Amino acid sequence: MKYVAPSSVEEATSLLSSSPSAQVFAGATDVVPQMRAGRPAPEVLVDLKKIEELVAVANDGDKWTVGAATPTANLTEDPAFSEEFPGLAEAAGLIGSDQIQNRSSLGGNLCNGSPAADSVPAMVVNGARAVVAGPNGTRVLDVAEVVTGPGQTSLAADEFIVEFEIDRIPARTGDAYLRMIPRTEMDIAVVGAGARITLAEDGSIEHAALALAAVAPTVVRVPDAEAALVGNTADDETLSAVADAASEACDPIDDKRGTVAYRKQVAGVLAKRAVLIAIERAQQRNGTN
Amino acid sequence: MARTHVTTVVNGDETEFLTDDSTSLLNALRDEVGLTGAKEGCGTGDCGACSVMVDDKVTCACLVFAPEVDGSTILTVEGLADSGELHPLQQCFLEGAALQCGICTPGFLISAKALLDKNPDPTETEIRYALAGNLCRCTGYDKIIRAVQEAAREMRDQ
Repeated sequence: MKYVAPSSVEEATSLLSSSPSAQVFAGATDVVPQMRAGRPAPEVLVDLKKIEELVAVANDGDKWTVGAATPTANLTEDPAFSEEFPGLAEAAGLIGSDQIQNRSSLGGNLCNGSPAADSVPAMVVNGARAVVAGPNGTRVLDVAEVVTGPGQTSLAADEFIVEFEIDRIPARTGDAYLRMIPRTEMDIAVVGAGARITLAEDGSIEHAALALAAVAPTVVRVPDAEAALVGNTADDETLSAVADAASEACDPIDDKRGTVAYRKQVAGVLAKRAVLIAIERAQQRNGTN
Repeated sequence: MARTHVTTVVNGDETEFLTDDSTSLLNALRDEVGLTGAKEGCGTGDCGACSVMVDDKVTCACLVFAPEVDGSTILTVEGLADSGELHPLQQCFLEGAALQCGICTPGFLISAKALLDKNPDPTETEIRYALAGNLCRCTGYDKIIRAVQEAAREMRDQ
């Protein structure tokens, strides 16, 4: 196996085009354990961390851009980002230990294709877009379109994500992410729930987004719950409809972390709680940025 | 097989070594540089026994490919003591019996140092979260937490 560290996006795409078994990596926090578990090593391993825009976090006034290989610790330690997207920052901050946080990235968490990836529901509810580089230039995809199944993405072998774009959060909007694990740290989600709520001036819900992790082959949106929320307030009846829709949207597996029935029930509970936190944050963010 | 030439600063000394590209930083430190403080426990980033600091960030050396650290600065447990005098964390681990078999200790010391560099006065909860990536089968953790609290106190008083 050969290690290469290109310094530009163009250099990286030409490396990928010329070596069919080349593989990109950022923190290697999934790549190394997979290789140690027996997955064949690629002939060429392409380190994306030496490309400037891949490890940058910036805000141009209209949107944030987060380099796909940026260590998640850089996001959670960025006060302006964490204040604007507390749910996404919390989700990114739940991935592994401090040792992992200094290496793990949003691009890696997404492209690894785990149904339980914590940052993905939080990116999805915030409408994050992935800027994908390939031999013919770049294209932009919704984050929700990247993963097609466990370990599978819609990216071609010679494409990789350069950065994520996330529009600045509107007024009266808040996000939240909650996950259920059997202990308090260092585990993989039994269920994860990301929510984002925008309130109308009268305090009713104007926009709602809800996405669940670890309950289906990919992260799933819950349109029925979103529809139940819009135009209403978070009264018991609405929240109960949210929980039912979340449970209904699940297509989970039975494994050592939880049974199908347990995951469905927990998905409903977490969905309600995430929505309530997002509403509280939306109420606190009454002005503009 | 082609070997890559890597230039780093390890524990304050400029250090060069040759490595296969697939070798982990952990194995390069142990086999090429001769620093055997960092240990391999799991090899998958779960146990933290291989924790070292790379450019002031604590990380699992088992998850880093050795060629990645070309041009980086590395701190291992061997670099904690200053001219033969133990670091307060090491002294407090010793005095507080915060270790038994010792395999996990170099990793705990480095993680604890990374925490105190950022946060000189951590709460017990903050210490427990900061050390969540380090596993210990002997101590039950309480003595480790107390040793870190004591070292933090001493370092603040200095």
